[in-house]
Amino acid sequence: MAQTPTLAEESGSTPFSSSQSITLRIARYNPQHDSVKSFMEFQIPYEKWTTVLEAILEVKKHFDHSVAVRYSCRQATCGSCGMIINGKPRLACFTKISELNSNVITVEPMNNFPIIRDLAVKFDRLFDTHHKIKPYLIRNDTEITTNTKEFLQSPEELEQYIQFSNCIKCGLCNSACPTMATDSSFVGPQALAQAYRYVADSRDKGKDNRLKIIDDSHGIWRCHFAGSCSQVCPKGVDPAMGIQLLRGYMLGFRS
Amino acid sequence: MANQDENKEGIGGMINPRRYGIERVAYLLMRLSGLGLLAYFIGHIYETSSILKGQIGWNEFLAITQTNAGHAILAIVIAMCVFHTVNGIRVMLGHGGVGVGKPARPDYPYIPASQNIRHKMGIYSAIILAAIAMMYGLAVMFGE
Repeated sequence: MAQTPTLAEESGSTPFSSSQSITLRIARYNPQHDSVKSFMEFQIPYEKWTTVLEAILEVKKHFDHSVAVRYSCRQATCGSCGMIINGKPRLACFTKISELNSNVITVEPMNNFPIIRDLAVKFDRLFDTHHKIKPYLIRNDTEITTNTKEFLQSPEELEQYIQFSNCIKCGLCNSACPTMATDSSFVGPQALAQAYRYVADSRDKGKDNRLKIIDDSHGIWRCHFAGSCSQVCPKGVDPAMGIQLLRGYMLGFRS
Repeated sequence: MANQDENKEGIGGMINPRRYGIERVAYLLMRLSGLGLLAYFIGHIYETSSILKGQIGWNEFLAITQTNAGHAILAIVIAMCVFHTVNGIRVMLGHGGVGVGKPARPDYPYIPASQNIRHKMGIYSAIILAAIAMMYGLAVMFGE
């Protein structure tokens, strides 16, 4: 399944006027009637600021509107457009074609997530595991009833977890994780990093509760510190650091 | 269709060392050396159990390790042992949260603190020490 029309034929209808072009290979797969993944190829002109998402949207606009892709904010905030771009998990809206240094860009759905269709994957498990670690402050009192009205925190206390609150739940870390590649039950780096985010929050009192949840054969002990999750995170969360610091609590290195 | 539906990378993706730098190479070598040492351990128990057959049986089995192939296998075992030990110390310290950096507000381009130079040095040291130990082993075994 390969077709190579050019945007030059669609004169005047494209925002890209560059003479440079790449071959965009898009994975096509519909689990309802396809047995294997196939690829469609398109010649797309690009500028130095053109992102992979913009190139995919050009394909949808001019060549094949049936390509399934999830996106929303186009500014690396919503975490919707995660996909495998030239072999590595990246956000399509945050990846410029010019920085890939390749004349062929291959986009595929993220690994370790069930495919809905083409580039769109199911996030159910990611959200389930995220919810499992209780991603909220656990305390007996509330800001409404306490006399102080708010839970005060020093800048130093904020620094302990603020990095991990940048998570946009895009799933790239879970897609890169070697344990997720084989273990369907593993909690995953996203949820574990978020467990650390709340455990390290001085306002939270649910540390023991959360540590009990992740102290499981498919929990934190399945992380082997390969660090791939941190390398692909588009927001600088560094899940590998969070997981090791969290394990430090469980091993008694931290209190 | 189950695997295709789950879209898991599988073992092929797990052992692919090419995409995520030296840390993923270390991850693969750690697994391979662990499995190799386990296989050696089982073989070693089997070999030493041959003493139950008396001195002749013991000597016959021991002669296998004195061949070129035996020497080569022992040299690989030495390399696996050294790499697994040195890298294992690095990983154990990391697992305790030692040397993985401190949480801080990240700045673009977001270089992960946990993948710092100390860990990279640890990995390269493990590989170099394993190579030196293997070469020393080869020199001793084949140098006579």
